[in-house]
Amino acid sequence: MNVLAQADTLPISEPEIWWFALSPLLTLVGGALLLMVVGALTPQWPRGLYAFVSAMIGGAAGVLAIFNWDDISDNGPATLVGGALAFDTFAMWSTIVISGAVVLVSMLADEYIRDTPNDGPEIYALLLVAAAGGIVMASANDLIVLFLGLETLSLAFYVLAASNRRSDASAESGLKYFLLGGFASAFFLYGIALVYGATGSTNIGEMVTSLANRGDSGNDVLALAGIALLLVGLGFKIAAAPFHVWTPDVYQGAPTPITAFMASAGKAAAFGALIRVLISGLPSFRDDWQPIIWVLAVASLVVGSFLAVVQRNVKRMLAYSSVSHAGFILVGVEAAAHTAGEADGGMGISSVQLYLLLYSVIVIGSFGVVALVAREADADLSVFDGLAKRKPLLAGAFTIFLLAQAGVPFTTGFIAKFGVIQAGVDAESYGLAIIAMVTAVIAAFVYLRIMVAMWQKDVEDDAPAITVPVSAAIAIGFAAVFTLVAGLYPSLLIDWSDAITLVR
Amino acid sequence: MIAAIEPSWYLIVASLLFAIGAFGLLVRNNPLVMFMCIELMLNAANLTFVALATSLGDINGQTAVFFVLVVAAAEVVVGLGILVSILRRRPGATADDLAELKG
Repeated sequence: MNVLAQADTLPISEPEIWWFALSPLLTLVGGALLLMVVGALTPQWPRGLYAFVSAMIGGAAGVLAIFNWDDISDNGPATLVGGALAFDTFAMWSTIVISGAVVLVSMLADEYIRDTPNDGPEIYALLLVAAAGGIVMASANDLIVLFLGLETLSLAFYVLAASNRRSDASAESGLKYFLLGGFASAFFLYGIALVYGATGSTNIGEMVTSLANRGDSGNDVLALAGIALLLVGLGFKIAAAPFHVWTPDVYQGAPTPITAFMASAGKAAAFGALIRVLISGLPSFRDDWQPIIWVLAVASLVVGSFLAVVQRNVKRMLAYSSVSHAGFILVGVEAAAHTAGEADGGMGISSVQLYLLLYSVIVIGSFGVVALVAREADADLSVFDGLAKRKPLLAGAFTIFLLAQAGVPFTTGFIAKFGVIQAGVDAESYGLAIIAMVTAVIAAFVYLRIMVAMWQKDVEDDAPAITVPVSAAIAIGFAAVFTLVAGLYPSLLIDWSDAITLVR
Repeated sequence: MIAAIEPSWYLIVASLLFAIGAFGLLVRNNPLVMFMCIELMLNAANLTFVALATSLGDINGQTAVFFVLVVAAAEVVVGLGILVSILRRRPGATADDLAELKG
């Protein structure tokens, strides 16, 4: 009674909620729930309808994000839900990249998933939930919210990696991803706890204020230990060396369309989180974490490109190449670190987000082709022998993607790499830019190896027939055309990416 | 009268728990035990949150623990699901047996 009387007199202050700003997120979560519930209550849907609905939901989220982008351009950035989420162009760009990945991956997954045998709503519901988690990561303005987003994304990914019940490799990759991912999440959480102890808040805005006012007397041990732990957790999620050991195993064992999603949306979300934590949240300590980013970038570039060369399995080659791409993106992060917390942020963040968009399309296309050519985890290089004679269009598309990954001019890969290296040079990180360019040459050897196998070698007689389903053909075709057209006329995308800012 | 326990003691206990969890995950090869070590690490972070929230006189650190508890519960569901699906195919598999993917 007493408590009730008290509750009446003490009003609970609710944060104002701006529903339209949250609409991309709500569309994905609501769509996932709807797909799951309706899918469970109705008999088997016609072929491809699950994938179609999932692609539509992803597309709707992307379109809503574009509307929100306009809103932010007109009215400026803000925070949502009592400061828990940031509403800025950075968050919306990540939302568009992740939603686009949902659309393309749903189209690729359709035929592949039917064989695994998972023709139901579950995979698509998990894709949508993972996308929502990724968007929360990239738009979090509070470390606990960021952790929740990270776990939403990761838990969905663990299940997706293990989702092929007919394959030992898939189960093994799921368990490895789960154990190492849980390990990294625990580091990340412990880091949050220590940073909370140092700043008295988990909110990024309040953290910045508290750190800026800490003076010289403060004891920074807690904060520095926390930053180190946060970097371990995030380094794992972005698959930067030396925290990359899970990447080849998981990328190889997971169903190939799922791998495409991990390499695109997963990376976009993880780099979004990295930038939120370091550039937005901890600019006061930039002199301390910037060298670590430098080391991670160099290690990823070197390890990724050298180890890719010695692989025989195409999925593992692409996994190591994604480690080296993580190194390239870290070059952009390192450039942004020079001006972290300053009013003029430089071009680092824009170049990182542009890279993530362009790389997502390239990597989804690449893994899309691999999914069609090599159906199991065993995607040995010999499977690609003579692909140009069997499926010239498919081989042509794969060639475009591989050239783009190598950073050849007139493809989006060149625009992406040029952007981060330009940002690095602008920030006077000449050494890092040079290392990045040298390792790009080494990595190019990997892509050439696959191209030589496709165009020069003869077809094996017992090679199984390759069928190209329509939805996958559309997705790969779109990715290839985008890679070429946006590579030839990049100015519009570059202008848009220049408008990316972080809420302060 | 027992002397009050300082918040820093809790931080030391939590860091020891975290270290035990991390060390256990690296040396054990039973997937179930490795999984328990992850839970230990998460709870070490929880203890840190509570201890720091008490010493800061701030309630937000304690509410964070509830979020983490929910996440840990969800992680148990997913982790045990994956473990069961593996052990059903290969009874008694340890982390060392799972070596199909390498290179």
